[in-house]
Amino acid sequence: MEAVATQQHTPAATGTDVIEPVDYRTEPSRYKHWKLDVAGEVATLTLNIDEDGGIRPGYKLKLNSYDLGVDIELHDALQRIRFEHPTVKSVVFTSGKPKIFCSGANIYMLGVSTHAWKVNFCKFTNETRNGIEDASQYSGLKFIAACNGTTAGGGYELALACDEIILVDDRNSSVSLPEVPLLGVLPGTGGLTRVTDKRKVRRDHADIFCTISEGVRGQRAKDWRLVDDVVKAQQFGEHIAQRAAELAKGSIRPAQAKGVALPTLERTVDAQGYHYEFVDAAIDADGRTVTLTVRAPSAVTANTAAEIEAQGANWWPLKMARELDDAILNLRTNHLDVGLWQLRTEGDAQVVMDIDATIVANQDNWFVRETLGMLRRTLARIDVSSRSLYALIEPGSCFAGTLLEIALAADRSYMLDTTDAPNAIGLTAMNFGPLPMVNGLSRIAARFYEEEAPIAALKAREGSKLNAAEAFELGLVTAIPDDLDWADEVRIAVEERVALSPDALTGLEANLRFGITETMNTRIFGRLSAWQNWIFIRPNAVGSNGALKLFGSGKKAQFDWNRV
Amino acid sequence: MINYSERIPNNVNLSENKTLQRALEHWQPAFLQWWDDMGPDNSTNYDVYLRTAVSVDPTGWAHFDHVKMPDYRWGIFLTPQEQNKKITFGDHKGEDVWQEVPGEYRSTLRRIIVTQGDTEPASVEQQRHLGLTAPSLYDLRNLFQVNVEEGRHLWAMVYLLHAHFGRDGREEGEALLERRSGDEDNPRILTAFNEKTPDWLSFFMFTFITDRDGKYQLASLAESAFDPLARTCKFMLTEEAHHLFVGESGIARVIQRTCEVMQQLKTDDKDKLRAAGVIDLPTLQKYLNFHFSVTSDLYGNEISSNAATYYTTGLKGRFEETKIDDDHKLMNNEYEVMDVAGDRITTRHVGALSALNERLRDDWIADVQAGVDRWNRIPAKFGFDFRFTLPHKGFHRAIGMFADVHVSPDGHLLSEAEWTHNHLKWLPSDEDRLYVHSLMGRCLEPGKFANWIAAPSRGINNQPINFEYVRFN
Repeated sequence: MEAVATQQHTPAATGTDVIEPVDYRTEPSRYKHWKLDVAGEVATLTLNIDEDGGIRPGYKLKLNSYDLGVDIELHDALQRIRFEHPTVKSVVFTSGKPKIFCSGANIYMLGVSTHAWKVNFCKFTNETRNGIEDASQYSGLKFIAACNGTTAGGGYELALACDEIILVDDRNSSVSLPEVPLLGVLPGTGGLTRVTDKRKVRRDHADIFCTISEGVRGQRAKDWRLVDDVVKAQQFGEHIAQRAAELAKGSIRPAQAKGVALPTLERTVDAQGYHYEFVDAAIDADGRTVTLTVRAPSAVTANTAAEIEAQGANWWPLKMARELDDAILNLRTNHLDVGLWQLRTEGDAQVVMDIDATIVANQDNWFVRETLGMLRRTLARIDVSSRSLYALIEPGSCFAGTLLEIALAADRSYMLDTTDAPNAIGLTAMNFGPLPMVNGLSRIAARFYEEEAPIAALKAREGSKLNAAEAFELGLVTAIPDDLDWADEVRIAVEERVALSPDALTGLEANLRFGITETMNTRIFGRLSAWQNWIFIRPNAVGSNGALKLFGSGKKAQFDWNRV
Repeated sequence: MINYSERIPNNVNLSENKTLQRALEHWQPAFLQWWDDMGPDNSTNYDVYLRTAVSVDPTGWAHFDHVKMPDYRWGIFLTPQEQNKKITFGDHKGEDVWQEVPGEYRSTLRRIIVTQGDTEPASVEQQRHLGLTAPSLYDLRNLFQVNVEEGRHLWAMVYLLHAHFGRDGREEGEALLERRSGDEDNPRILTAFNEKTPDWLSFFMFTFITDRDGKYQLASLAESAFDPLARTCKFMLTEEAHHLFVGESGIARVIQRTCEVMQQLKTDDKDKLRAAGVIDLPTLQKYLNFHFSVTSDLYGNEISSNAATYYTTGLKGRFEETKIDDDHKLMNNEYEVMDVAGDRITTRHVGALSALNERLRDDWIADVQAGVDRWNRIPAKFGFDFRFTLPHKGFHRAIGMFADVHVSPDGHLLSEAEWTHNHLKWLPSDEDRLYVHSLMGRCLEPGKFANWIAAPSRGINNQPINFEYVRFN
């Protein structure tokens, strides 16, 4: 089942009966909505949304309002800056339309979308905004929102993801989060959380700000910490340039480097699934499961930074991560009822561990650092995917180091305890910090709730391989059935899982995966998203008289006034 | 290394199945230990004329010989698989039956099998001291036959757990040997299986009435979409029939003996009959009332969502499901159940799905009634007016609609005072039980029978009645 964007019987959704699967692959020459300009250390991303360029029929993207297609381009542009423009140190977001920076997610799109589409759309846009902050934190890329016009809703949420927000002071343009008063929903793409956790806006100010549709402008916007500065239109351009240059000064990005081009991912898509060089997603439609296999290369192909850069997009860690990322996005968007991902690996664990050593040894190199970031974000996508995850560790697998993170991301892991063939997992330095989850913890630290003894016991085994009994003893795997039990134990566990309520599982898994430690990001993915997704199915938003449904119709929403 | 096909007769290809062998390596010694601890008291060295099933074909499942019970070859038998067999009821009706446990139903199926399996060793435990007071060698042998077959039924259920439920199944198999009937800390699962079977009259009533519950449970599981369970239960039913025979004929022989003495003495006076060492017919009626009502509770609540779920999901059907003329889905059918409304017992119609427990109870009652009718031919033959009757469904119930009220055997609601005043007219009193207990002495000379029970009309497997059915060595 695909996350068909528009619900049936929507008169506006005319044009074609065949809904094309969403393709997350794009490149600057195909952008409809963004323009990427690079000048020295500064890249400018100009938003100029094509009204008629929606990814699904049934709505017009007026007033620089976005849909999933716009965000797919943004996601791609950020990747291009990271990899193809390594000398860029600061990025300016601005608008190509007069008087409007960005008015957020397109409301008509939300009004005609299925619940699943809205949720998936919000998750991806959240991940992209987190990616902006991730680049600021780890890659030395700094972001400025040059809000040269009205900055509303998701537009302001995009600005909130940046390091600085500069609002034009034209007595008219404001920043606003009008979701509550206009639409009866929350600023759910991180807005509500970032206002407090990141911008430290006082809660009573935030209360006012989030309940008035007109927003806040001028000096008050600055006083309330909603923006960093307000600048007259005449000086605006100059000020932005100055700030961009200033922010670039602190960057760790190289002064001179040759970018790594990111060619369009090659893949085969057929009824059986998605097939890449190092990743394979084999879908069992009847069983509602997919076997997601990640393969290691046959040998270590690059040992030095120069060799790695020379391999570019073909370097295994990057290529594998891009393929895995694409597979995850496709499974999430285009295969809603495939509720259980069986995670497997194939290859030589020693090769993976050697590559990990190369990454750690060269992590000061910009390209290695960016690749590490790609690995980190891709693995984090697994953590927040609303699918059941079982890792199956069998002989011939290579759950070591970076790839062990896949098993650690899983809700359960089954490891075959056998003497017929070697079956081991491996620990490397990559398991102890460089690949944190969105809660800022390594998966091992999160798994053991940061308790010292079990983590120290694992740390002592860094660099070594562990058989099933050892892995079980150390708490790294859930169960270690032997040859006689394996097939039935796994089959029954899978069948039992896919029979459970998908909604309850989504809630259960999200709760268990992110225990104890909260960060701004876990609050966005957990608290904010959960409330938003609840509101998204309530009649006050999406009923026939709900605010989201009636927006723009001239009719007033009819609320059920009972508090729940 | 155990030679499995020699030691454990089976038709499940045990010698090739490593999973099963491994499971049994641990379980089989534990089972023998359990039999030693909890099986028939002091019987280890007896040679008992037992029927052993060595295969499922008609010549193989009733193989008779003198064996020591610990050496009894507890086998694993399923009726042969039917090709292209389809599910006959519920949501999955018309689909192929399952040869493996669907993960979706793992825990429910496991619970059904464990609950059924738990009754098998429980009854052996309940009956373990009866051998000391056997009324004849013939009856002693029948007791042991019932015991080893309950043991084999435990094997059958454990086989399913071992073959289809992985590590969980092995753990449940062990737990079946660890629970103990009547142990307050570690009881058997169902209450009725924690009661004592204190004397032979209770034993015969138990095998006639409570084993008949077993028959109906097994028969509904023999309809299951999970084919190994269905086939296992089907084979168990052939053995269960013998247990029912032991009970029905046992009571019939008690009635026969009492009627003989009634005729000799020309009296139905309780005291005179007791003085003559037989059990008067009204006392038998009280035992019947007791066992019938207690066993009735085993079917559970009249309205049960569990039973509905078991049916809809194909795990447990109705008695003789395929012979019933309806849609076998029951979404729109109704069934009549009794209810208590104020001071009246009424009936009402409820959804047939939710009343499946009640339906199975009704099927069982009809079957018990048929047995009782056969008993009644005995006093009739002697020219006595006495007839046994089954008490009202609501009599002496602890589960279901009638759990909180008192009902007389003829179906009238009673006040607490009326019940207190009258219930010992309907249920065995301490005095009754003491009297029955006083009759229980050992009578082990071949061909001899205790005074309170008549000889059977014929022996086991065409052997004479004075055959040495048990040798004590």
